[in-house]
Amino acid sequence: MSLLSVRDLTVKFAMRDQTVTALDQISFDLGKGERLGIVGESGAGKSITGFSLMNLLSRPGFIDSGSIQFEGEEIAGLPDRKMRSIRGNRMAMIFQDPMVTLNPVLTIGQQMVETLQAHRRLSRADAEQIAIMKLREVYIPSPEERLAQYPHELSGGMRQRIIIAMALLLEPQLIIADEPTTALDVTIQADIMELLLELCTSNMVGLILITHDLGVVSQMTERTLVMYAGRIIEAGKTREIINDPQHPYTQGLINALPQQTLPGHRLKQIPGNMPGLAAIPTGCAFNPRCPYAVDHCRSTRPETVSYASVEVACHEVNRLHNTVLEDESA
Amino acid sequence: MLAYLVKRLFQAIAVMLAISLIGFAIQDNLGDPLRELVGQSVSEETRQQLRDELGLNDSFFTQYLRFLGNAVQGDLGTSYFFKEPAVDVILKKLPATLELVFGATLIIVGLSVPLGVYTAIKPNHVLAKVIMGASIVGISIPVFLTAILMIYVFSVEYQWLPSYGRGDVVHVFGYWDTNFASLDGWSHILLPSIALASIMLPLFVRLIRAEMMEVLQSEYVKYAKAKGIHPFRIYFVHALKNTLLPVITVGGVQIGTMVAYTILTETVFQWPGMGFMFLEAVNRVDTPLIVAYLIVVGFIFVVTNTIVDLIYGLVNPTVNLARMGA
Repeated sequence: MSLLSVRDLTVKFAMRDQTVTALDQISFDLGKGERLGIVGESGAGKSITGFSLMNLLSRPGFIDSGSIQFEGEEIAGLPDRKMRSIRGNRMAMIFQDPMVTLNPVLTIGQQMVETLQAHRRLSRADAEQIAIMKLREVYIPSPEERLAQYPHELSGGMRQRIIIAMALLLEPQLIIADEPTTALDVTIQADIMELLLELCTSNMVGLILITHDLGVVSQMTERTLVMYAGRIIEAGKTREIINDPQHPYTQGLINALPQQTLPGHRLKQIPGNMPGLAAIPTGCAFNPRCPYAVDHCRSTRPETVSYASVEVACHEVNRLHNTVLEDESA
Repeated sequence: MLAYLVKRLFQAIAVMLAISLIGFAIQDNLGDPLRELVGQSVSEETRQQLRDELGLNDSFFTQYLRFLGNAVQGDLGTSYFFKEPAVDVILKKLPATLELVFGATLIIVGLSVPLGVYTAIKPNHVLAKVIMGASIVGISIPVFLTAILMIYVFSVEYQWLPSYGRGDVVHVFGYWDTNFASLDGWSHILLPSIALASIMLPLFVRLIRAEMMEVLQSEYVKYAKAKGIHPFRIYFVHALKNTLLPVITVGGVQIGTMVAYTILTETVFQWPGMGFMFLEAVNRVDTPLIVAYLIVVGFIFVVTNTIVDLIYGLVNPTVNLARMGA
């Protein structure tokens, strides 16, 4: 049985004059202890995917249809009281910016103890012992003293470690990390990722890593979803996707990596911008930016097909692959 | 901490100097003290002689320094009407006013927090909309009108509550007369307190609501939800504490302002406090008393603001009073 099974999840935003679709029939699975990366540009729907799994979409967003099964239980549309017992307990989340995630007027100890006490009958002293233990696991020096400190007394990297420790407090089955290092110094980013990887593997915790950084995804995850304009356009083993991307968008992303460009040359970027949710093009949402687009792409939306060991939503994947092969043989 | 206190003390002294200068300038320009002293049947020669003796012909600055020297020793002149030191007259009236302000503060603090939090949590509920509508009405109606309406309804029509005076006060600590020790005292202070609170309460409800709604949008509230914390704890621990920080700052200033607002309330309810006294002093052109009142109210303002800043430093962990002195 898989840990998480998402089927045809559709999330909409009820705006003043129209309802826009932010997630369009997303489906994916996550096994126990498996690590999954979700990549895409800003606005692709990565974060919304994370928040809808926690049922934490803020208004006007709502889950329109689809199913989310977590440990065999349907949790889409679960009443808030029941969902609350899952959040932070069996499913934890790590937010993007540690500078604004912790409450500035509560001590680290208060914020850790309340999390434990929200889900377990524990005395304060016992809860503090668990908190100290978890802080030690994320290599926080002198954890006993940290409990009495306020967030502003700690650095960003330290705070994100504490947030990781908080996510692990109740030994969850799944951690959703939404760009956990974007707001941190480059020098600390690698440390935090390494720590997260280490803790997830040693505790057999499933991880959904939301990021725009393909490098991070290739180091951290076993499988990857590539999202564009609210849809999954390519899914498969991370290695396959990085080494042999099928969708023109994924290819564009990988070609845009600095490593793919010779020194002194301009970075290869994908022309244009991600469309707004209110103006998603008909047919394939990527067609205006796609170098291979044909008439067919502008009128009909591509279905997901299996191709070369990945799932890809592109009409022209066949032709594309052949052209690339011809290029290489030439 | 000590450095901060010293810094605040210097600020307070600067403010008091400014207030005293304004107060003195008023005294110097408002009416002729000689007319109050000797009437009209005295020759111009005697007047000039008296002026010299009283030092009224000295330069403005010399006179101000003399006034300041006396003020520091607690002498703010003698009331023309009461023939008593102005400070003594005010100190006698002070307890009545402070009790009135205290009563209003109790109402404001007790009601604004629950109402503000409620309207922030359920902004679309009918009751929240009624509260917000009523708060606009409350802010718009002047204090004296609210006071008169309440007297008409509760004292004249239903005769539930008395309409004027302090009623039976109980003498405590050898100096203070209090309304809060007898039922009659409570019944007398109720209407004036409500009237005085009628402007500030809606203001605070709206302030708390606006701050709270902003805090509820913050990342740390969203994170608390993601940790599975109960909504009650999110509202009253996570959000409220952050909401109240800016409210405390505004609140301190408003307590000072309320002392000034007592002029209207005390006049309508014939409340024997400093506000009522001030209006009478203005009618009688009792300049020393007017000036003394301004200085005392200024002093109360400075003291409450300093105390509020200190409390803010204690409540907000990101403010380090020890470091702020540097």
